Amino acid sequence: MPQIETEQASSSSSESLQRVIAAYAASPFALVQILREAQLLRGWLPREVLAEIARALGLTSAHVQGVAGFYRFFHTRPVGAYRLLFSNNITDRMLGNEALMRDLCRRLGITRGKVRADGRVSVTTASCTGMCDQGPALLVNHQYIVTRLNPGRIEHIAALIEAQVPPSQWPPEWSRVDDQIRLTDVKLGTQPSPGEALAAAIARGRQGMLDDLKRSKLRGRGGAGYATATKWQLCRDSPGDAHYVVCNADEGEPGTFKDRVLLTSYADGVIEGMTIGAWVVGARHGLIYLRGEYRYLLEHLQRVLQRRREHKLLGAAIHGQADFDFDIEIHIGAGSYVCGEESALIESLEGKRGTPRIRPPFPVQRGYLGQPTTVNNVETFSAVTHIAMHGGEWWSKIGTPQSTGTKIHSISGDCERPGIYEYPFGTRIGRILEDCGARDTQAVQVGGPSGVCLSAFEFNRRVGFEDVPTAGAFMVFDRSRDMFTVARNFAHFFAHESCGFCTPCRVGTKLVVRRMEKLQRGDGSAADVQVLFELDKLMHGTTHCGLGAAACNPLRDTISKFRPAYERHLKSLHFVPGFDLDAELSQARLVTGRDDSGAHLENME
Amino acid sequence: MTIAFDAMPPLHAPRKLKMATVSLAGCFGCHMSFLDIDERLLKLLDRVEFDRSPLTDIKSISRCDIGFVEGGLCNAENVQVLREFRANCKTLVAVGACATNGGLPAQRNQLDIGRILRDVYCTQTSSGANQIPNDPELPLPLNQVHPIHEVVHVDYFLPGCPPSADAIWTFFNDLIAGRTPHLGHGLMRYD
Ligand SMILES: Cc1cc2nc3c(=O)[nH]c(=O)nc-3n(C[C@H](O)[C@H](O)[C@H](O)COP(=O)(O)O)c2cc1C
Ligand code: SF4
Ligand code: SF4
Repeated sequence: MPQIETEQASSSSSESLQRVIAAYAASPFALVQILREAQLLRGWLPREVLAEIARALGLTSAHVQGVAGFYRFFHTRPVGAYRLLFSNNITDRMLGNEALMRDLCRRLGITRGKVRADGRVSVTTASCTGMCDQGPALLVNHQYIVTRLNPGRIEHIAALIEAQVPPSQWPPEWSRVDDQIRLTDVKLGTQPSPGEALAAAIARGRQGMLDDLKRSKLRGRGGAGYATATKWQLCRDSPGDAHYVVCNADEGEPGTFKDRVLLTSYADGVIEGMTIGAWVVGARHGLIYLRGEYRYLLEHLQRVLQRRREHKLLGAAIHGQADFDFDIEIHIGAGSYVCGEESALIESLEGKRGTPRIRPPFPVQRGYLGQPTTVNNVETFSAVTHIAMHGGEWWSKIGTPQSTGTKIHSISGDCERPGIYEYPFGTRIGRILEDCGARDTQAVQVGGPSGVCLSAFEFNRRVGFEDVPTAGAFMVFDRSRDMFTVARNFAHFFAHESCGFCTPCRVGTKLVVRRMEKLQRGDGSAADVQVLFELDKLMHGTTHCGLGAAACNPLRDTISKFRPAYERHLKSLHFVPGFDLDAELSQARLVTGRDDSGAHLENME
Repeated sequence: MTIAFDAMPPLHAPRKLKMATVSLAGCFGCHMSFLDIDERLLKLLDRVEFDRSPLTDIKSISRCDIGFVEGGLCNAENVQVLREFRANCKTLVAVGACATNGGLPAQRNQLDIGRILRDVYCTQTSSGANQIPNDPELPLPLNQVHPIHEVVHVDYFLPGCPPSADAIWTFFNDLIAGRTPHLGHGLMRYD
């Protein structure tokens, strides 16, 4: 509805805004959080709201607008009282999200991406929302998740929107998110009671705990696989006024949802791992960077934190140790994949655009607020808790020599039993496929679009840093799937998520998309495939951060392993234009009235 | 970079390469820059022989080693000439901003070509017969100006508006000597 604001309404909304700002003590470092809460007031961020925030925080309007403009979940134009985002991972696609979205758009009488004339609703897509094992998923007003969409739910949603029922009153069953834990090992098995592992860590002493972590040979679970003990030691030994422990719960890699399950049902173990980290590096403050898509977990996590405070597992003098004060804050992201990259994540924590920093200095030297900071993945912290319980020696005996312990996999796609599976490192891909009930599998994308695409002849390879590294996604494709379509979906993902800071990635990801679309339209030729190869080479060596460097991984893998899938889309071995050349003369033909042979161009093939 | 031609003449002089050049929707600035290689043109002539080119006034192209294309595509004739170049040249080079990206002529892509033609030929201030020329001899303009790589496969791009004489010289020197052209810092520029 076009909003006519009375003076009263606007002054009361300004009061609410002031309350939001005051809740964050008008700190410029809280800008992203303030913007998120300010947006709840009107559903978008009008210029005058941004100006008011800028004034209160002592920032320039340009800066505040720059930050608001960076994040997908912030809107500087109205997006309607209902903002509906269809999760657009390839797994959602395979479950039919496109038809459902079309159906919803038709029922609501809107075109995708446009706000309805009455200002009520807009519908578009978002990157993976981490519900791949129970999709297709929908995110409503960046706050409410709807899983397992089907035509019935779509019909019902349209009716609820027309009746202006707020999403908080939609059937609670719709937002049910299941853990779907199918196979457990040490991390997802028996849990220590809260405080038990921490007590064991404290008993070893700060150095003793670090030494044990070294013995465990634990490597980070966020993707890069950096040795956790080394990272913590570097952080501890870096001089600074304060040290920080940050939990990376951005989980943006499409197809990954294991951190969601850890935070849902194993939050104590994760937070305990952070607390042990604080004990080792000497931090008093910790931060959890929770992706915006998991906003629904906030209250639950706050309750866990509160309970731990009550049990003296957080706060002052933890476990009666006079020199051990530590507490944790939760920061919520706003729809940006690159913010999972640790230096971009820190920028975002500081209330800025999530542009990756130039490194060195590394976060362990100069991280949050310029102070030594260790950023670790959710699963890494969970592992630390178990190592503190059972010892580094025990952990190092699980898995393989260079990849110790277990790895949690988020399995989705073409299999009977999607969900969460925990395996020791060194497990064969084929074994995992058997366990999840995958049949007639032609490919698995391990580690998400940034990871590797494995073809059937590689199913004897093993998960681990020595062979197939992974950040936790495991997407299965059977023989009915077109691997070109898979790669095309991933190409769109990277172009959508490129932060735009460096040219090779900003332009490169778009050029890849254009070529893929040309192929998709059936105008491809061998020359186009060659260009894709060259773009991969170029981007791999020139981008500023890992996003751009990995953006062509799926392309390279699928071209080399599933070339016929591309060739099927080729029109000719010779280059053909991506558009109808004869139609390019249509305007001139019209105004001159000519139709002779010179007034036409043959579309050669 | 002149070593390749200054060196002792090889015992077995290689066959001269055939080169064709053309200006499509360009301003001839790139060709002018090409001529700015000055006396090096004579050295070039030791190694190449020009086929179709404004320099020779040969009107039709035959089998060539190298095609030098200035300008993008703004009309049907441009498309046909470009196709002939592609069909006849082993190596096709897009020279200059217009060939590479559409350049200045592509500024009209914001406008409707039908409207432009009506505005130009059918308003009171326009001279003549209030009639858009429709002689079949005239090539029809395309709806949009396109860079040449959108219509044929292009092997190399030499950016700049125009690329400097030194850049052109270095580029073709490499190409003729059989090296993958490498302009490097200073010569590779987009203005
Ligand atoms: C584009 C990009 C996205 C990333 N996203 C995540 C993420 O969502 N979660 C995560 O834990 N690590 C992510 N990482 C890796 C982090 O930069 C960092 O290496 C990791 O959080 C360190 O934790 P670890 O040592 O426990 O693995 C990402 C990296 C890049 C380049
Ligand atoms: S590689 Fe992409 S995401 Fe990373 S800094 Fe460059 S533009 Fe941003
Ligand atoms: S690139 Fe520049 S010099 Fe060359 S044809 Fe175009 S406008 Fe003229």
